[in-house]
Amino acid sequence: MITFDSVTKRYPDGFVAVDDLSLEAETGQITVLVGPSGCGKTTTLRMINRMIDATEGQILLDGSDVRQIDPPTLRRGIGYVIQQAGLFPHRKIVDNVATVPYLLGWEKKKARDRAMELLERVGLDPKMAQRYPFQLSGGQQQRVGVARALAADPPVLLMDEPFSAVDPIVRTSLQEELLRLQAELNKTIVFVTHDIDEAIKLGDKVAVLRVGGKLAQFAAPKTLLSEPADDFVREFLGRDRGIRRLSFVSSSYLKLRTDLTVTSSSAAGPSDDAWLMVVSEDGKPVGWLDRDEPFGTYVHGKDSLRAALDAALLSSSGQAVALDESGRVVGVATRKALDEALSEAADG
Amino acid sequence: MNWLIDFFGNPDNWSGPGAIPVRLLEHLGFSAAALVLAALIGIPLGLLIGHTGKGSVIVVVSANLARALPTLGLLVLIVLLLGTASIWPVLIPLVALAVPPILVNTFEGIRGVDPELRDAAYGMGLRGPQVLFKVLVPVALPLVMLGLRLAAVQVVATAAVAAYVGLGGLGRYIIDGLATQDYESVVGGSVLIVGFALAVQGLFTLAQKVMVSPGVSQRLRVR
Ligand SMILES: Nc1ncnc2c1ncn2[C@@H]1O[C@H](COP(=O)(O)OP(=O)(O)O)[C@@H](O)[C@H]1O
Ligand SMILES: [Mg+2]
Repeated sequence: MITFDSVTKRYPDGFVAVDDLSLEAETGQITVLVGPSGCGKTTTLRMINRMIDATEGQILLDGSDVRQIDPPTLRRGIGYVIQQAGLFPHRKIVDNVATVPYLLGWEKKKARDRAMELLERVGLDPKMAQRYPFQLSGGQQQRVGVARALAADPPVLLMDEPFSAVDPIVRTSLQEELLRLQAELNKTIVFVTHDIDEAIKLGDKVAVLRVGGKLAQFAAPKTLLSEPADDFVREFLGRDRGIRRLSFVSSSYLKLRTDLTVTSSSAAGPSDDAWLMVVSEDGKPVGWLDRDEPFGTYVHGKDSLRAALDAALLSSSGQAVALDESGRVVGVATRKALDEALSEAADG
Repeated sequence: MNWLIDFFGNPDNWSGPGAIPVRLLEHLGFSAAALVLAALIGIPLGLLIGHTGKGSVIVVVSANLARALPTLGLLVLIVLLLGTASIWPVLIPLVALAVPPILVNTFEGIRGVDPELRDAAYGMGLRGPQVLFKVLVPVALPLVMLGLRLAAVQVVATAAVAAYVGLGGLGRYIIDGLATQDYESVVGGSVLIVGFALAVQGLFTLAQKVMVSPGVSQRLRVR
């Protein structure tokens, strides 16, 4: 756990970049620092690995004051990922990833094996290992940056806008990769971004900072969306808070109807007003019975209520087709079921 | 052209203390000694100032001095002070000539490294000297090598002044040739010096290819 206890950073020119900040980043969770440019996110993050020293207050890493630890030693135990990756241009990718293991005095072979393992973990072709950084795309370099930070298996990872310099499609895949990795590794991650959507997507908890380095709100994304602390947070969150909050409500609350599906062989005569879903022999959705109209699907229990609602809006019938994880139809969520789930969600 | 054939065809130029190989070795000796001394001064100083950011005024002064300093004048002055009994009257001006390009380029190379990269190196847990030698120097190496190359070429060309004070080197062919109106000698000596300078240039270019990481020079094609 990383604890900020009344931390203030005043730069030599007198500018207060972080003002009396107290918060806790839980072990094994992703804590996101978000806020407009210049609000002190980078300063806050860099005080953890002492790239910047706090002026007042204390930062505790699992209970011990970081100021008591020699900075290089401290940093070797904390993974650090920055925006432009900051790879060493003169070293091959494999040696870039092995930087900290080398510093820690690992044998060359062991360090390289570890580096190769990590390259694979972050989804890079092992062929890349022998290349130099300039031969990689921005997104690939960013993956290498993550692999390098993880190389010595540090319990803590600091990430400063690691994905903001890549295009939106690559960014999305990097975000998903990070969530997948985190599910395996359970690191204590502090993640800085100015993008509220990224914060909400990645954060177990999100700290919203306002300019001047003051904490505006520190809460789980769902709480942030439903109960923003003040106008600043509300405005920063932007539009569609209600819809976006549904991303955090499970679709398992939906009551499914199983009597609205038919197998193609036993097609009974349709009742005039009911839309029936035709299901193939192996359980896959085929289409609406006697109606050549589109339908939308979601994975029941795994997808959010927002995804289910989206599926319903894509269906001409206004009903969402619920699938299990292997793509077989488990039922249909009617408008009535959606309506009930939505009003339950609105009540909290 | 005939002068050249006569100069290189003259058996007197291939034996005795005035033989071409002897003069060439003398020239190489002065030049190498001056370059090594200059590198021993310029490189550590450039690294230190570039890395710490302290004392950059030394670099500025040195760069300006280099432009203002008359090598020949300095030589005469030092000969007057030290006499001609040793090699120092020649070495000191040559070193003074060679330090500025080495110092300035080393300094610029280190200081010019992307601050993000320097930052990342510290962030990984490298200590100050590790940041310098494991990251900054390899990245700045092309400029350090450029400084050495410029210095070497200047030293080789200027080492001819050794002849003024009665010391050896290829400059002797020129000075002695002018004194005796022996233009074969003058032209031959000049050609030798120019050839030598070109060879040195080639050697450093080759060394740079070998020493600089392909990741820095970006010489490799994307496979
Ligand atoms: N070395 C410094 N000296 C003075 N002010 C600084 C320094 N570094 C950052 N600042 C100021 O502190 C504020 C916060 O900076 P930073 O933490 O980088 O913000 P963010 O990462 O949220 O964009 C900014 O207004 C910035 O100008
Ligand atoms: Mg920042």
